[in-house]
Amino acid sequence: MILQNVVWTVWLIGAALIALGFIFVIVQAGKPADAGAGEKSVHTSHVLQGWLFAVLLVAFFVGSWATLHRFPLPPQHRPLDAAQVVEVVGRQWSWQITPATVQNNSVVEFRVTSDDVNHGFAIYAPDGRIVTQTQAMPGYTNKLLYRFEQPGTYTVQCLEYCGLGHAPMKTTLEVVAAKGE
Amino acid sequence: MASLTMYPDNERLAGGERAVFNLYLISAVALFVLMMLLGLTMRMTQATWLGLPPDMFYKFLSMHGAGMVGTAVMATTAVMWFFLRKYVRLHLWAFVTNYVLFLLGALCIIYAVFVGGYAGLWTFLYPLPTHSAGLWTPNAAALFMVGYLLIGVGELIFYLDAAAGIIKVYGNLGRALGLPWLFGGKLDPDHPKTVVASTSMIIANSLGILAGAVVLVMSLINIFYPQVALDALFTKTLIYWFGHMYINAAIYMGVIAIYELLPRYTHKPYPLSRVFLWGWAATTLFVIIVFPHHLLMDYAEPHWFLIMGQIVSWTSGLPVVVVTAMGAFTNLYRANMRWTMPSRLLVLSLFGWIAGGFGAVLDSTIQINLVMHNTQWVPGHFHFYLLLGVLAMALAVMYHVIGSHVNQPPNTGLDRVGFPVYLVGGLIFVVSFLDAGHLSVPRRMAEHLPAWTGTDKLASVGAILVVLAMLYFALRISVGLLRRPASGGAAASRGGVGAADAAG
Ligand code: HEM
Ligand SMILES: [Cu+2]
Repeated sequence: MILQNVVWTVWLIGAALIALGFIFVIVQAGKPADAGAGEKSVHTSHVLQGWLFAVLLVAFFVGSWATLHRFPLPPQHRPLDAAQVVEVVGRQWSWQITPATVQNNSVVEFRVTSDDVNHGFAIYAPDGRIVTQTQAMPGYTNKLLYRFEQPGTYTVQCLEYCGLGHAPMKTTLEVVAAKGE
Repeated sequence: MASLTMYPDNERLAGGERAVFNLYLISAVALFVLMMLLGLTMRMTQATWLGLPPDMFYKFLSMHGAGMVGTAVMATTAVMWFFLRKYVRLHLWAFVTNYVLFLLGALCIIYAVFVGGYAGLWTFLYPLPTHSAGLWTPNAAALFMVGYLLIGVGELIFYLDAAAGIIKVYGNLGRALGLPWLFGGKLDPDHPKTVVASTSMIIANSLGILAGAVVLVMSLINIFYPQVALDALFTKTLIYWFGHMYINAAIYMGVIAIYELLPRYTHKPYPLSRVFLWGWAATTLFVIIVFPHHLLMDYAEPHWFLIMGQIVSWTSGLPVVVVTAMGAFTNLYRANMRWTMPSRLLVLSLFGWIAGGFGAVLDSTIQINLVMHNTQWVPGHFHFYLLLGVLAMALAVMYHVIGSHVNQPPNTGLDRVGFPVYLVGGLIFVVSFLDAGHLSVPRRMAEHLPAWTGTDKLASVGAILVVLAMLYFALRISVGLLRRPASGGAAASRGGVGAADAAG
């Protein structure tokens, strides 16, 4: 399941529901109610407002728990003990990645920094989707953990504007099958 | 009921006030058109239909970003001024000073970009402004920052004057926000929503501007004394605190238009409620602390800070949807609505704000940000709520005001064509951006891979429609504002509701 597709679908459904709500209200907006019906609809809308709030609140708690109970970023201040370590340095306008070949199916620790300005270290899968990223910031080393699940030629693309050579600032990362695969 | 009068007497503009207000609005629509043309050129370059060279592309991008954000705040400041002055005393000199400083700042920025070659984007992330690789000089970067300082100081002066006016009437800012009524007490039904929203933004955006001033001065010192090195993470944190706050203020000042105008067009009162006050109290806090969602990919930030970014981003949607959207829906439901340009734009702005905001909330989730950060999903969601939200709010007020000459909201045949062109073009434009984000197309790139140009082309078509509609709106509004006000306005305005009915 590609996360981007999930997000896109969720947004489309959400936007469609919002649009339906608007269409409903717009259609009703030109049908004036008499005083009694007006009062009743004010009451109904207060009840709806309460329900909407409750539903969104539940969505908030469930969503926050689901996306945060396992914190998605690795701890930065203790050793990560990953099987493979890759040092990444960004500079205007190239990447230095050592080693540039990693193994499939075992966790890789990327230690990402920059020599000059801010860069964005993003890994694109062979199919053209971003699989993960972190910032490459001068004076800091961001530690990113990722486990590749498919061998192939991945692309590292700069994702933070860094001047004239920003768009072409990319290189490749080879992911090879682990021994015995 | 007074608040339902279409063109109440205390909103009439005359003399100096009218001249300054017109200057704001005409400058705003002219700048919007110009900045849109830059945007269109960029989008068509990504689509390979135009061949802007990369150095020009990034200059255009810097100008478009800074220009649009600045103009959006300038236009919505005029919206806030227009309505707030009914409740508290605002000094014209403060409003004028803001305009003059805005213009001076804008000139600095235009000069820095188009003469100095500055292409370090509106976010001037340290240390890019001094690492141009020969594209621009440190002086150009400094001039760009001085431009920001001038604009920020102008806005701050306007806020201080407004704060003074509010405190004079309501005693203190907390009472103006309605804080004493949160837990009980008898609500004053005449307490203006405009005062609540204005106070909220005076507090929040002044803080944002102060953060901006600090980081701008730090960056300027670094430009002239490079031995004073800055911390890249701290600088970025301050920049986003300022940048996020500043552009959000445009939305929250713009929304005053909905509170003030919607009930006049639905002919239904839009009463103040405790929920409303809770919503704004929460918004005031959230909008100040929500900005860490820009730093989710900076793993070096303390992780509690990033968690706060996600959690506050999610919750900050609640007051918006529950309070403003439900409030407006209730006001619209079974109303006696006459659809004219201002009312169409108001409803559109609410839609743009909410649907775009939903895209923002999704991206503020750390797990999602890992694959969507700095893709075109970002310009997708913010163009959604800026182009279809904030701009629509500002245009609604402008359209409303040009109707005051004849005491009748505008609704010509051309208006009725322009609106759907803007709506459809805008939707195509922003949804293509979102789709590009879904396809992992990076933002801020002069050159796109062939695989990415599909969404670029679609977006360009949408953008052309938006530009055409906006060009028409800009002319229509400028001409309308410059027309002499009708004589005997006071008498006619008392029949405002009736006049509007007749217009439908
Ligand atoms: C016809 C209308 C518009 C067009 C064609 C347009 C086009 C663009 C394009 C092509 C970009 C760069 C996208 C990328 O990163 O690849 C952009 C960025 C941006 N636009 Fe627009 N835009 C329009 C309207 C607006 C409006 C109304 C606003 C605000 C009120 C706005 C604010 C911005 C901002 C803040 C950026 C980010 C600049 C940056 O990345 O540094 N735009 N726009
Ligand atoms: Cu870059």
